[in-house]
Formats: sequence, structure tokens, C-alpha cells
Amino acid sequence: MMTDTAPPTQPNDAEKTPRQRWMAVLARAGAEAIAARLRRAEAIPEWRRLRGPDTGLVMLRGRSGGGGASFNLGEMTVTRCTLRLASGLVGHATVAGRNLRHAELAALADALLQDPARQDALLADLIAPLAAAQQVQRQALAARAAATRVQFFALQTMRT
Amino acid sequence: MMLAPDLPGFADPVADAQATFRAVLDAMARPGTIHAVAPGLDAPAPLDPATAALLLTLVDPDTPLWVEPALAPARDWIAFHCGALLVAVPEAASFLLATVLPPLDTLRRGSDEAPEEGASVILQLSALGEGTRFRLDGPGLAAPASFAAAGLGAGFVAAWHANRAGFPRGVDLLLGCDTRIAALPRSVAVDQI
Repeated sequence: MMTDTAPPTQPNDAEKTPRQRWMAVLARAGAEAIAARLRRAEAIPEWRRLRGPDTGLVMLRGRSGGGGASFNLGEMTVTRCTLRLASGLVGHATVAGRNLRHAELAALADALLQDPARQDALLADLIAPLAAAQQVQRQALAARAAATRVQFFALQTMRT
Repeated sequence: MMLAPDLPGFADPVADAQATFRAVLDAMARPGTIHAVAPGLDAPAPLDPATAALLLTLVDPDTPLWVEPALAPARDWIAFHCGALLVAVPEAASFLLATVLPPLDTLRRGSDEAPEEGASVILQLSALGEGTRFRLDGPGLAAPASFAAAGLGAGFVAAWHANRAGFPRGVDLLLGCDTRIAALPRSVAVDQI
């Protein structure tokens, strides 16, 4: 991900709140991975679905040249879920694709993570390993892409 | 930051909204007839299930909604489940949610070219099918029909005469009580019995 070309409305990684960070990790993780790690968490309270999980389309917007005028890039299938724990905490999730279970588990994890009594344990047992696995995956992909990188010297010279 | 209501919306959003929409069509086509909606909808206080179902079915981000201050405790639920654009003044709204009928002559009435831009008032009543008796006549009614409701207010018949005088411009009225709805479209003539 090239953070230097992101539009100013998109916070870069350092500006994200802790909640934004764990929501991003949960959205990228698989349903099975979240379920397996939540199973180890103790005494998950009852929850009630407020909305969804349901699948729909969102319009993705891009910016020409990374920072110019915005345009509609295309539509993407997403699944969202909002649920409320018996304690009153509300978890939200929006994940790519049509996996209803993934959206519900991500929303459940989001709600549990907002509980100060559980947050540290969950960040260590759930979010950290998932984030590490995603980082490894990203690096592997970047390494594969880097091997085929082509430098367009002529174009670069013309632009500068 | 997203709002967090305490209660869910329709259990089956597509089927329940379609069934409620069908009931609204029937109620508008046959003014004064009473239709059941919202089986099992857990409505947020102080809304009745019928008015909550009308909101879920009709209101979305394209329809500015004005909510009577007395119904403000339900605002979070409405904003979350309808995605409604909540406006501060009744004049700017295409839907109004109220328990006391707002002055109809201050609301959007549409224009002769676009009468569909007239506002719709979703009115939560204390009783439907009993209370003050009215005689209805107009399109959709083969013969004058009688209709009863409590909570429309003392000046309702006069206000409705004025509303009907500007046809095709005007305001439509959707009535909800408990789990039942009825409608008074702008085309119907109302007289007190």
C-alpha cells in the first residue's frame, strides 16, 4: 500500500485509532481464524444482532493520480453486521465478500475488544497473531511483485 | 461515529419491508381501511410497532425526516436503521413523524408539475377504529365510508379541507396505532359525523 499517495481524508497507519486498527485486522482475517481464536476467549456474553449480517454493494471511490479529483472506481460486494452484547457494547464490522459468519464474528470481536477488562488479553491473543500473519502475507506478496518490477526511466524523467 | 440503538429493525428486512409496503399501498388505495403490519417488530419506545414499520419501509437517506421532539428518544434507532436524514424544521421534510398533527399548511405540498414532492405525515395515534367518527368519500371508495380515530385533533376537518383544496398539491397522512395502519391520501374528503 502506498501511503504517500493516499488522499488526505484517509488516515495513514500512524493516525489510526486502536479501534480502526483492530477492525482492519479483523476485516482482513478469515472467519475460521477469528472463530478459532475466539473459542479460547473466556465467557463470551450473549449478543443480539441489531442489523445483518447482510450483503450489499458499496461504491468505491478513487482519486485520479492518488490525490486529484475523486471518481467512482467501481462497486464492491461487502457484508456488514452490527450486534450488541448483553453488557451494552456495540460491535460493527464490514468485510469484503459474502461471508456472513465472518462479518458476525468480526463484529463480535469488535464489541468484546471495547470491554476494558478483556481488551489487553484479546489484543494479545486475537489481534496480534492475525496482524502478524497478515504482515507476513503482505511481505511475501510484495517480494513476489518486486521480483518483476520494471523501471520506466524514460517516463520518470519526463515527469520530473 | 456510528449511533448505537438498543433494538434491531425488521427480522427479515426484505420480506417485512415488502409486506409493509403492500399494506401501505392497500391503505392508500382504500382510504380509511385498517391493515395489520409489523408482526413481531420490537419497536423502540415511544414508537408503536406500526409507526416503526412505516419508517423502516418508507424512509431512507433520500427522504428528509422531521421527528417530533416528543419522539426524540427513538431518533438513534431511526438514524441507524433507516439511515434517514433528520431535519430540524418540518418545512424541509418529505416525511414527518408525529403524535400531534403539525399545521398542514406549513408543510411541503409539492407543485402542480411535481405533486409527488408533497410531504407525508406518519402520525402515531392513541386509537384507530374507535374515537372520533369521520365520513370519508373520494377515489378508492365506492360509497362514503365511516372511519374512526382518536388523536387527530380538534381542527382536523378544517385543516384537511384546506389541504384538499389545493389538489393535486397537498399532504398525505399515514396513521399508525399499535400494529395497525390506515391512510388518508390527499384525495379523500373528510367530514365529521
